[in-house]
Amino acid sequence: MKKLAAWLNSETFQGMALMFGVLILAGLLWGPRVLGGKAPLSIVLTLMKSGWASLMDYVVAHAIPCLVPAFFIAGAIGVFVSQASVMRYFGAHVKPWLSYSVASVSGAVLAVCSCTVLPIFTGIYKRGAGLGPAVAFLYSGPAINVLAVIYSARLLGIKIGVARAVGAVLFSVVIGLVMAFIFRDEEREKVKAAAHLSLPQEERKGWITLVFFLVLFFILITMASHRYLMAAGLLVILAAILKGFHTKDDVKEWMVSTWYFVKLITPWLLVGVFVAGAIKVLLPPEVVTRWVGGNSLMANFLASFIGALMYFATLTEVPIIKALTQLGMGQGPALALLLAGPALSLPNMLVIRKVMGTKKALIYISLVVVMATISGMVFGKYFA
Amino acid sequence: MEIKVLGTGCKRCQELLERTQKAVEELGTQARVEYVKDMDKITEYTFITPALVINEKVAVVGKVPGVEEIKALLQEEK
Repeated sequence: MKKLAAWLNSETFQGMALMFGVLILAGLLWGPRVLGGKAPLSIVLTLMKSGWASLMDYVVAHAIPCLVPAFFIAGAIGVFVSQASVMRYFGAHVKPWLSYSVASVSGAVLAVCSCTVLPIFTGIYKRGAGLGPAVAFLYSGPAINVLAVIYSARLLGIKIGVARAVGAVLFSVVIGLVMAFIFRDEEREKVKAAAHLSLPQEERKGWITLVFFLVLFFILITMASHRYLMAAGLLVILAAILKGFHTKDDVKEWMVSTWYFVKLITPWLLVGVFVAGAIKVLLPPEVVTRWVGGNSLMANFLASFIGALMYFATLTEVPIIKALTQLGMGQGPALALLLAGPALSLPNMLVIRKVMGTKKALIYISLVVVMATISGMVFGKYFA
Repeated sequence: MEIKVLGTGCKRCQELLERTQKAVEELGTQARVEYVKDMDKITEYTFITPALVINEKVAVVGKVPGVEEIKALLQEEK
């Protein structure tokens, strides 16, 4: 009983209730026009049916072969990669090119949980390498986390998955450099207080961790392409590595951390998939084609702009974009939405503003929207 | 003893706070547990949350240890 009350009070539940509320309301408002004047109850039923169908398809086709190994990888990153050791590349006296490059890729390792992004960002900005690398990290963090990239490649196609990862890395460096350039005087004046970082010692040799992650990664690929025999063989190798180089506590911690991600992400993802299914009946294809179809400047800009304002819970952007592309959204705008969406949302804009100030925050947001638009156009024109 | 739990308010940070409080209670030590959410103060200690600071010394970074483990850490410091 107490647990139920706590759950009803939780953000997860309230967020989901809000989402379903909006969905049903939208159904009742638009449904009669789109579905040709059906009764309210039948509209809600149609929505639910389409949502359910998309949920079932998702669970069977994607969840087990793709997401299960991806969760294990995310869990392993959280436990076996020393996050603090990455931080030494963000110190005040590190060469800028090194800070930028590490910032643009380290999101894959550091940002598996969105709640870790902001302290790292604040730390780099105020006590370390400064505005540019901090902004690069802020952008790339949520955009290239392993789960998101794997899931995009799986659901939207390998091309757009790769474009998302590569785009996000390039993008973050450009935005960081531009920001650092605009505010170069201010940066120079800033007194840099070196943070005393506590760096834990590496317990395992680096190459073992590397081999471990490579094996995990190949398990993911073999599972996703349905080569289960090979995956089983790799699992044996994995077990051997674990037995030889890891303690029981390591493995236990890994499982706990994996389960943590499953618990954190799955409910939201299921709701996202369901909503994506419902959107398919509710949104007339003509509307989608008109606004974000093709690869025009307007379509790409609109996709980036909406993406910047909208809040996507981790990974939910992927099934929603999948539904939109099926309704006629172009490949370019889809990438633009992927690049602008997860990095920005109204709530996180407010936090960014608090840390950086209004002026910097506004420039950062505009840069993201502009860059996402350009990337979408380039991708739509040359790669799609 | 001065104990600080550093966190942004996310679920894992909340969990570390609860476990720390439980560890203190079970040990029956005199300790003040403070939940530090201010980003500026957090970054004085570490960049990775959640983190546990015991008597101004960073004891745990980026993970949520079990209650027993926290107890051991607290006793080490005593």
